[in-house]
Amino acid sequence: MSSAINAVLTRPIIAENPITMQILGICSSLAVTTSLNVAVVMCVALTVVTGFSNFFISLVRNYMPSSIRIIIQMAIISALVIAVDQLLQAFAYEISKQLSVFVGLIITNCIVMGRAEAFAMKNPPVISFMDGIGNGLGYSIILLLLATIRELFGSGSLFGMEILPLVANGGWYEPNGLMLIAPSAFFIIGFLIWIVRTKRTEQMEKSEFRMAAHTVQEAAH
Amino acid sequence: MAFNKDSVSGTIKVALIVCVVCSIFISSAAVILKPFQVENKILDRNMNILIAAGMYDPALNSQAEISSLFAAFTPRVVDLNSGSFMTDEQLSELGIDVQSYDDRAVLSDPDYSDALPEEDDIADLKRRVRYATVYLVEAADGSLQNIVLPVSGYGLWGTMYGYLALEGDGNTVTGIGFYDHKETPGLGGEITNPRWKALWPGKQIFDANSEVALRVVKGNGSGVYEIDGLAGASLTTRGVGNLIQFWMGPNGFGPFLANVKQG
Repeated sequence: MSSAINAVLTRPIIAENPITMQILGICSSLAVTTSLNVAVVMCVALTVVTGFSNFFISLVRNYMPSSIRIIIQMAIISALVIAVDQLLQAFAYEISKQLSVFVGLIITNCIVMGRAEAFAMKNPPVISFMDGIGNGLGYSIILLLLATIRELFGSGSLFGMEILPLVANGGWYEPNGLMLIAPSAFFIIGFLIWIVRTKRTEQMEKSEFRMAAHTVQEAAH
Repeated sequence: MAFNKDSVSGTIKVALIVCVVCSIFISSAAVILKPFQVENKILDRNMNILIAAGMYDPALNSQAEISSLFAAFTPRVVDLNSGSFMTDEQLSELGIDVQSYDDRAVLSDPDYSDALPEEDDIADLKRRVRYATVYLVEAADGSLQNIVLPVSGYGLWGTMYGYLALEGDGNTVTGIGFYDHKETPGLGGEITNPRWKALWPGKQIFDANSEVALRVVKGNGSGVYEIDGLAGASLTTRGVGNLIQFWMGPNGFGPFLANVKQG
């Protein structure tokens, strides 16, 4: 049992990482990674929601009418997300202002729904909870990596503390504005996927088709 | 008869139970946490007023310290049309409590706000409140030392909300601070950069003819009527300029500031 828990906790971190392997949750990983502070809170929020939504969905999985099971999952997930949002507004007001709509959008985060449907519906509560936490951690690792790179090169700081003194403040570092806008996160995720799949070739997808050879005769026409 | 989850009645029962449980859970979370959230909002607003007035000390940012600093301010409600302070009778007639009145919350309420005609709507606000809360600081000798005015205007992506602090003459700027905006981080978002905000203190709003003269210009501003625009954020900068034009003008705090100057 403990090895099973271990497996569901650690596998999603690299081998089955929700972002680099399953390509889920990309939207929020573009939006909330411009600074580490915000990314950390988002990671905690998502990990907690995924863990508990898996737990509660797994608890009631045997009573769920199959015709409305997705709606019930959504209701449970939304209730949890709203509670997290309320907690943030009460105890981490500054951060909740910066996260704005993205806490609410955890409801539609594919990782939460994906784990509920793929894992929690078929497994008992405790292991489902661990699976949720594990996937949350996998998401968190990528988010923190992205946020570290983006905040360091986009704003010259980490956790809001100045690391590279900016030209605007009398230092030498000219911040890279690209890092602060969403496309940079796409590039970085792309590089991460490339690195992971170079190391772990089993993650590479088979080509769906092979391009036909280009013949000299064809080119002549 | 055993419970059949896939029958019609079973489906309805499960749906009802889930709805009730979830709604009880959310409502109790909302009710229990409400006092904390209200407190946070007030604290956040007070902190921004302190920042605009140049009285904020980053070392003193606990709740108690902000509250004690903020005790120097007296909130007063101003009737924007007449430019005079509201009396207690007028306030109680309108049901306004000075401490809890929220200018932004009543913006959609036709009893407290008006739609702006397009030609007057310089700052692209659509609506304006009729009664606004201003914050006053009195010097030791009882004279007016600072006036903090709520201002708002449309930038590039959304409405920017902030406070503009003036000296007791109703003309010299003490500082400006934005507490809510949606401008691009690193470009328009630099309106919250302390280095840019440091350009504001000492500037003058009105020229000798009592016209609004303060402008946000491209490049380097010179003199007491010009503020440097932000590089790479022309539209945000224009929004800030419009906001000053509007709120210092006849449809904003113009009448009120004219009264202040007369004493």
